[in-house]
Amino acid sequence: MIERSMERLAEKTPNGVARYAGGLSDKKLAWLFVAPSILLLLAINIFPLIWTIYLSFTNYRVNRPNRDVDWIGLRNYERILNDTDIWQTMQATAHFLISTIVLQVLLGFALAFLINKKFRGNDVLTTLIVIPMMLSPAVVGNFWTFLYQPQIGLFNYVVGFLSGVDPSAFSMIGDVSLAPWAIVIVDTWMWTPFVMLICLAGLRSIPNSIYEAAECDRASSWRQFWTITIPMVLPFLMLAVLFRGIENFKMFDLVVQLTGGGPGSLTTLSSIDLKREAFEKWKTGYSSAYAVILFVTVFGLASVYVKALNKVKDR
Amino acid sequence: MSFSVTSPSVPVKWISGFLVAAYAVITLIPLIWIIATGFKSGEDSIHYPPKVLFEPTLEGYVNLFTTRTLIPSDAPEIDASQLEWYEQVVHEQGEMIAGPSRYGERFLNSTVIGFGSTALCMLLGTMAAYAFSRFKVPLKEDLLFFILSTRMMPPIAVAIPIFLMYKNLGLNDTYLGMIILYTAVNLSLSVWLLKGFIDEIPVEYEEAALIDGYTRLQAFIKVVLPQAITGIASTAIFCLIFAWNEYAFAVLLTSGNAQTAPPFIPTIIGVSGRDWPAVAAGATLFLVPVMLFTVLLRKHLLRGITFGAVRK
Amino acid sequence: MKIKTVIKSMFAVIILGCSTQIAKAEDLTLCWASWDPANALVELSKDFERESGHNMSFEFVPWPNFADRLLNELNSGGDLCDLMIGDSQWIGGAAENGYYVKLNDFFEKEGIDMADFIPATVTGYSEWPKGTPNYWALPAFGDVVGWTYRKDWFERPEIRSEYRQKYGRELGIPKTLEELKDIAQFFQGREIDGKTVYGAAIYTERGSEGVTMGVTNVLYNYGFEYGDPNNPYELEGFVNSSGAVEGLEFYKELYDTATPPGSSNWYMSENIDAYKSGQVALQMNFAFIWPGVEADPNVGGGRSGYFPNPAGPYGHFAQLGGQGISVVAASKKQDAALEYIKWFAQKSVQDKWWNAGGYSALRAVVEDPGFVSSQPYAKTFLDSMAIVKDFWAEPAYADLLLPMQERVHNYVIAGEGSAKGALDGLVKDWIEVFEDEGKL
Repeated sequence: MIERSMERLAEKTPNGVARYAGGLSDKKLAWLFVAPSILLLLAINIFPLIWTIYLSFTNYRVNRPNRDVDWIGLRNYERILNDTDIWQTMQATAHFLISTIVLQVLLGFALAFLINKKFRGNDVLTTLIVIPMMLSPAVVGNFWTFLYQPQIGLFNYVVGFLSGVDPSAFSMIGDVSLAPWAIVIVDTWMWTPFVMLICLAGLRSIPNSIYEAAECDRASSWRQFWTITIPMVLPFLMLAVLFRGIENFKMFDLVVQLTGGGPGSLTTLSSIDLKREAFEKWKTGYSSAYAVILFVTVFGLASVYVKALNKVKDR
Repeated sequence: MSFSVTSPSVPVKWISGFLVAAYAVITLIPLIWIIATGFKSGEDSIHYPPKVLFEPTLEGYVNLFTTRTLIPSDAPEIDASQLEWYEQVVHEQGEMIAGPSRYGERFLNSTVIGFGSTALCMLLGTMAAYAFSRFKVPLKEDLLFFILSTRMMPPIAVAIPIFLMYKNLGLNDTYLGMIILYTAVNLSLSVWLLKGFIDEIPVEYEEAALIDGYTRLQAFIKVVLPQAITGIASTAIFCLIFAWNEYAFAVLLTSGNAQTAPPFIPTIIGVSGRDWPAVAAGATLFLVPVMLFTVLLRKHLLRGITFGAVRK
Repeated sequence: MKIKTVIKSMFAVIILGCSTQIAKAEDLTLCWASWDPANALVELSKDFERESGHNMSFEFVPWPNFADRLLNELNSGGDLCDLMIGDSQWIGGAAENGYYVKLNDFFEKEGIDMADFIPATVTGYSEWPKGTPNYWALPAFGDVVGWTYRKDWFERPEIRSEYRQKYGRELGIPKTLEELKDIAQFFQGREIDGKTVYGAAIYTERGSEGVTMGVTNVLYNYGFEYGDPNNPYELEGFVNSSGAVEGLEFYKELYDTATPPGSSNWYMSENIDAYKSGQVALQMNFAFIWPGVEADPNVGGGRSGYFPNPAGPYGHFAQLGGQGISVVAASKKQDAALEYIKWFAQKSVQDKWWNAGGYSALRAVVEDPGFVSSQPYAKTFLDSMAIVKDFWAEPAYADLLLPMQERVHNYVIAGEGSAKGALDGLVKDWIEVFEDEGKL
């Protein structure tokens, strides 16, 4: 229906407009089509990146407009790499990354595996499960602080109801030992469906004939799982891990709303720390160096990982 | 008892169905709680312990759209029956309406910036994707990877120079600035997704059109675009949802004129203390459109979230 | 001679005529924190709109994001705000970077005298450098940290007698911080009306300024100083004096033994929620909440009482809050903005301001004989304003605040290290900031 009306619309497009540029060679047209996007990205991504690198060698501060900007060489980098607090935020980031990925992979795979049993209504349930990941992390994260309140929030009461623990006896956001898990739980709640969808695609990509052949060989279903299902789904899983890894390395909105980086600095992830340096202390030069270090880390890790992924795919 | 992977037995189906349904229920509880809290009174919302059953009220929604103040001690008595229904709701809380709230404006900002950036992104993205799909572009793989890699940068890090650049250009806290920024951020998604969709359209259609005397551009507009329309529509919804949900850039680069709803909703505050029903009401109105879009998009979800790397 | 006067007066008429034409109706935006007083100001400003013909709109940002957002706005040179009711500690930076318009000439022209305002508010909200007659704001809202308590619980005979037995004195308004801790511990975990209640809601927030605004109320009274009184940037031995260490340990003990579970990231609104929902017997909070407490159906109407921050062993202070109103230098409507300040400074407006729940800083209002009895919390407010002390108002205020948030939160809430270690670390951080600033 929509396609039909689009076709009609296309037919009505005056030929003059099309013919005006129509004389262009394919090569010129290709450039004409690609150039605006590339230019925009150069202006919004590459130029700022170069500027960031330049600023990282200076002591510039936005909130000191009257002060001279000095070239200070590598001092910002030295300060960052010698700062124990920054290593602590890196640790917090690593803890967050690894635990969310492990949990989401396990849960996501399990869900996909179950959904792939093709029971009635599986598509409706899939759609319902997917909803949390499409929502605004800041808005939802903010509401989770309410759910986590020990006295007035729902989370502790549900846990208390299921486990018999006194709901007021623990505080997800306040306890030093629980807060790092509080953010992991919410992230897992939001993003398990993501891993699930990708795993489901992986499971559905396995041709039935392979299993049927294995059944003829009287391979146990346990064996089939380990020799067929897992290897075939692995490239998909690794892709899911790549996406989740990059996203959670960048994590800011959800956690900043949930804990604000506390208690103490236990959930201060790199992005939260960087935001404090750059937009609260306004140490522009210093935080530019910090940003460069984060870029290098994420690109470095991602490219190593992509190589591994390609190897698995080629196998 | 033998298990078959390809055709699961009935009990296996039942157990799987039950487990998945249980997960779905648990995962939806927080969302249901948001929607329910929107209809609670302020007192019920912070009731200790939490209330599951409550008397629904529109207090949260009225509070969401109004700025209220306590009735001053020297104010004359008001005949409550003379008031509009929403004024009565406020009056019962011992407050009076001082003016509208900013929620409506923030919602409008989200809409303008979301649709504006999506439209621009679709225009640029379709063109680039078509070129990448059909033409020999020099350094094609590198350019495509470059486009993708822009998505890997942490937004806070990108925001530092953008803030300075926008400050010099006067683009901080403007529609234009936010539309350009979100277009740039979404471009990687739209180019990669649309390239996938256009790749799937057989080249033969265009070739036939070219033989019929169409120019390339005519063939693109009259043959390829109509074919790609579902792809374009679902890509557009993904871009829209991203711009709709974005928080980090919005909180750093806007303060009022162009501020979108995500940085605003967590800051909704009532007369003395957090007004959780109003926060929940604001969140509900903001989240429900996305929930509906998710249902609409379900066939293309996988493709969208993986930048087209996985297609069903 | 006569002709000259005629010409002169004609000129005057022409100029006046022009200037009234120039003074067209403007759309002014006032930026402030999002809280009760701001809503009351919206209502109050309707009078200004009526009198001046200008149109007022408002941009309110809640406390946890307030400094963040509005300093961002000032630093980006935006003109969202024409009038800014900015926090007291921003004044140094705003003055030195030229973000606010200097008001001395305007005050002189309009006959606004800073001697008419509560002295602490003039120093706190208007002056930079401190103690010099350079004014960047008009004191707009006096505020100070004080305590709210459940008078109805304090009056129950069974609770009173139990308290008497346990501590050998009557349950009442604490005179010292030690007594306050006793009371809070006494209520912690107690069963009242079938619900478990807790001692006190105190400031613990991590992200902005919360825990600092709370802990200073104790630190000041245990002998913490921002520096050597004779040598302003000499920190060693003042910031981390033995008294200060004791004070920090006190705050941690209060947090560990007498606050509701989960109150690890609480500031003004969380404390209000806890208090109003009947979770706590006491709450630490800025005075601005008191009109709202009085009006609350559950805890208002005489069920709550108020007292100033109790004394400690080495002093008696309370953390200053509150703000002055300034004109933003980037605004294109400065004349209309100044008109607003002129209107706001009037006695009649300030009277209305107090009645609407705004804490006027005008002496004519607070020194009026009827003031003390006008509200149950009026006297507590005045007593508290007499003992205020403020955080750094240096241009580097944010750089000084963030390490304090981190050090204090790490020790008090996360339980890392020792009080001495936290304050020693703070001295180190602050010295670094002042070296960066070229002040050391």
